[in-house]
Amino acid sequence: MSDTLLKVRDLKIGATVYPPGEKPRDIEIVHGVSFDLAPGKVLGLIGESGAGKSTIGLASMAYGRGGVKITGGEVWVNGRDILKSKLGDIRRLRGGEVTYVSQSAAASFNPAKKIMDQVVEAAVEQKKFSRKEAEARARALFAKLGLPDPDNIGDRYPHQVSGGQLQRCMTALALCPEPDLVVFDEPTTALDVTTQIDVLMAIKEAIRDTGVAALYITHDLAVVAQVSDDIMVLKMGNTVEYGPVDQIINNPQEEYTQALVSVRSIEHEEKSPTEEPVLSVRNITARYKGTQFDVLHNVNVDLYPGQTLAVVGESGSGKSTLARVITGLLPPREGEIEFAGRVLSPDLKGRTREDLRELQMIYQMADVAMNPRQTVGTIIGRPLEFYFGLRGAEKRKRIIELLDEIELGEKFIDRYPAELSGGQKQRVCIARALAAKPKMIICDEVTSALDPLVADGILQLLLELQKIEDVAYLFITHDLATVRAISDNIAVMYQGKVQRYGGKSQVLSPPFDDYTDLLLNSVPEMRLGWLEEVIANRKMESAGN
Amino acid sequence: MSPIVKLLAQRIALSLLLLLLISAVIFAGTIVLPGDVAQSILGQSATPEALANLRAELGVNDPPVERYFSWLFGAIQGDLGTALTSGQDIAEALSNRFWNTLFLAFWAAVVAVPLAIFLGLLAVRYKDRWPDKLISAVTLASISIPEFLIGYVLMYFIAVKLRWFPSVAMINDSMSLLDKLSAIALPVAVLTLVVLAHMMRMTRAAILNVMQSAYIETAELKGLNAFQVIFRHAFPNAIAPIVNVVMLNLAYLVVGVVVIEVVFVYPGMGQYLVDHVSKRDVPVVQACGLIFAAVYIGLNMIADIVAILSNPRLRHPK
Amino acid sequence: MKNIPISALVGLFFTALYFLGAIFAPLLAPYGVGEIVGDVWEPSSADYLLGTDNIGRDLLSRMIYGGRTTIFIASAATVLSFTLGSVLGFFAAVMGGWVDQMLSRFVDLAMSIPTLIFALVVLSVAPVTIPMLIIVMGLLDSTRVYRLARAVAVDIEVMDFVEAARLRGEKTAWIIFREILPNALSPLIAEMGLRFIFAVLFVSTLSFLGLGVQPPEADWGGIVKENKEGIVYGIPAALIPAFAIATLAISVNLVADWVLNRTTSLKGGRG
Repeated sequence: MSDTLLKVRDLKIGATVYPPGEKPRDIEIVHGVSFDLAPGKVLGLIGESGAGKSTIGLASMAYGRGGVKITGGEVWVNGRDILKSKLGDIRRLRGGEVTYVSQSAAASFNPAKKIMDQVVEAAVEQKKFSRKEAEARARALFAKLGLPDPDNIGDRYPHQVSGGQLQRCMTALALCPEPDLVVFDEPTTALDVTTQIDVLMAIKEAIRDTGVAALYITHDLAVVAQVSDDIMVLKMGNTVEYGPVDQIINNPQEEYTQALVSVRSIEHEEKSPTEEPVLSVRNITARYKGTQFDVLHNVNVDLYPGQTLAVVGESGSGKSTLARVITGLLPPREGEIEFAGRVLSPDLKGRTREDLRELQMIYQMADVAMNPRQTVGTIIGRPLEFYFGLRGAEKRKRIIELLDEIELGEKFIDRYPAELSGGQKQRVCIARALAAKPKMIICDEVTSALDPLVADGILQLLLELQKIEDVAYLFITHDLATVRAISDNIAVMYQGKVQRYGGKSQVLSPPFDDYTDLLLNSVPEMRLGWLEEVIANRKMESAGN
Repeated sequence: MSPIVKLLAQRIALSLLLLLLISAVIFAGTIVLPGDVAQSILGQSATPEALANLRAELGVNDPPVERYFSWLFGAIQGDLGTALTSGQDIAEALSNRFWNTLFLAFWAAVVAVPLAIFLGLLAVRYKDRWPDKLISAVTLASISIPEFLIGYVLMYFIAVKLRWFPSVAMINDSMSLLDKLSAIALPVAVLTLVVLAHMMRMTRAAILNVMQSAYIETAELKGLNAFQVIFRHAFPNAIAPIVNVVMLNLAYLVVGVVVIEVVFVYPGMGQYLVDHVSKRDVPVVQACGLIFAAVYIGLNMIADIVAILSNPRLRHPK
Repeated sequence: MKNIPISALVGLFFTALYFLGAIFAPLLAPYGVGEIVGDVWEPSSADYLLGTDNIGRDLLSRMIYGGRTTIFIASAATVLSFTLGSVLGFFAAVMGGWVDQMLSRFVDLAMSIPTLIFALVVLSVAPVTIPMLIIVMGLLDSTRVYRLARAVAVDIEVMDFVEAARLRGEKTAWIIFREILPNALSPLIAEMGLRFIFAVLFVSTLSFLGLGVQPPEADWGGIVKENKEGIVYGIPAALIPAFAIATLAISVNLVADWVLNRTTSLKGGRG
């Protein structure tokens, strides 16, 4: 065996794009990327959306997704240039020598077939193992990956197991044929943070124990730092920096890499509570119409003027439901909301225009939060007109002021949302909320759809604006790094209850309850060896039990 | 009870309820609308006595609800009443025609369904290339052309000019199957053309939808060949949508039959219905309407049942 | 104009041609609609461009007047089905709850009978007049418009920008006309074209079956019926109106296709 398993030279990849109303045209999305991977090593490919990292990963299997075509360069696997191979040889490579783990196992498993049939299929088809051997291997892998009931889980259908379990089954599927290389394409991105760490640990141990090489693709530098030997940083289809993991994390050379490493390191000093909260959520219990169980149980939190309360939790914790109750979209079963010294009507219909004006909201998906048929000027101008009766030149002047505040400027006034980038869209939504001169803004996962650097920009802008406008934020998020960056108070939610509540420093310091401990320990940290520590700690704990 | 049995029972009950409501709608539709049946049978010159006699005979003086239930219970027992114009027993007159119509629709389906699925697969295989574009163009043309036009064009060229097949489709019991098939060749061809384009297009969409799933990519990345990918991974998931397409189009066929029977003077239920609509023979129209609606509802129900049965989430609950 | 694809231009041209022909029928037709001018089924000649029909009337004149009737009935039925269907569909989507349930279940019921069969049942008792045809066709077809309008509106209704408008305190009318309607327009306009075609085919089918427009009025379906006996003798008179129906339908379809594509690309926001 040669000492390089995968050798990529000057790889160029093109795609056909179909702009609406125009002729389709070809563009290049990867502009000549080169790297080497030795057997048993892990290379992390990292970059923001549009960096071309998934495309490069699939190119190592000579595969182009959708209209994507490899237009130039060489990809050598085990000493053969697979771009020059015949289709039959490429088929033997796929599923035999190189296998793939996708971001969404839920979509990547065929819903109509049992898990075992799908896990062993490639191994049997590529004649690497007999069906019996392959099944034995699969069960061993299920056990190694920490799946419950490894002997029988293969008899289930994909919808019968949880998302985190299915992601581990997908890893078993990739490892079953005993490949030389596995391409992991954002394997933990779709998971909750406490589930992510389990899968991450399982993948890390499986790589170590089987001696397989891997390409690990992700947008999260902290994650890739835990599993890789080398890292390649990509931006818009170009290599920015390529080197050993230690150098990239601890001594990044390029400005872009430095920015990625220092992301979420915003310094924000915690403010102490003032006398009167602007918002008091009292004993709120709520359930959705037509359901039989409560999604929120007796929730109590306060938000002080000009400060930020972060409500943090995983999916299903009830944090977004809390926002719906506060806005009046979901009247609670019990409890009341006090806002600016008055008790709000539980139902949206009963609230005054003043109530609505002073309590604004910003959404996670900025592109569906704006009417695609309205210009930026109309979108920001409507609250001015609606709440303050501004018209004509006066309104335009104020719109431009707001556009300046969000660092976009007058030239954006006649643009449509579709012409803006993700970050710009979110800025326009912020301006729309500010236009109402609110006392408080609910920010529902406002950065989670954005790339890390763009998200950082948004968070900084929000903090700036808080100082200028003296507005309070109720910040709903699943991301603890965001919480650290901006909050004054924190409420940790779990299964509809407030698990832990108080000032930032207090909530984030021991002693912890079990859930908060787990949550805090599960957030990948931007340093080498973090995952090993966590694994070692958990092993000790379980041995202790 | 397992959830799947429950769902199936619900679906079947829903169809029966729907049919019951439809029977009420059909019945109500023929009594609440303006127009006097007796008047339209006897004409404007009828004497008041004759009208009163006929009304009594028709039972239109009884309360509508009572009439509806006696009609409904009759219909359930196979008694569809008697035709006003001929005095014939409707069930008797219909039974033969019903089988003739089924015969025609059956052969049209036998030709159209496999052909449509095959062409749909072809369109997927050559997506965005000329076979696919041709299929799109044909679809556009075919939804723009009335059924009777296709009927007359074929009749004009194939029956009259080329003399390959008869221009009218008369069949009777004494004919051999081959003779019958030759007689219905043209109407079958027209019906096939009528449903083919729709069925192709919908099959294409259904398969494309499945082929774009992430699990198809997974299968390709396992190194399976195109044949294995389609039969092992795409097919099990495409059954339900394809059956759905087929059933919807068969339901459409049932309606198309009405017009085509008139074009080719075919002794089926559709022609019988149209004849009696112009004669304003309400009991016949009600009976035919009920049967057509029942077939239509039944086909839609089968489509849903297949969808339920082929859904792995329902077959294998958590 | 340069951005209009050729197919749409062809469609626009023929659609316009047919509509102008319908509007100016009395000026264009060389003879009266019921005027017997020659022998039965004369072939086309300088006097009778398309020949004569089964009782010796000029076929071209009858085609022009017939087109007028067909297009008028189809347009009126489309306007009726469209207004009723889209207003109720939007209303159901925005109101939700029992209003939506009632309307939707009722439409489900009406749609579980094939349209043609339903129409035949109704026309077996109702007087067959042009207003009655328009009402029957318009009502039956409005169920389909309702479904589409409701589905489109429900899709838009759950978007965050509609929720944002609600949270701002906007009235229902603003939400329907300013937030939902501009985004629902493209599929609705394309649907209008399809509904019009369907109405043309439907009224022609009814007339062909002898249950639509009654003589002495002429319409395209009726002309097919009158001349269908000729087919057996090799006289293609019945194919002419059928051809007109097909070309009109295809033209409108081409235009509808273009409208749909154009407006969806507008949604992309560039321009």
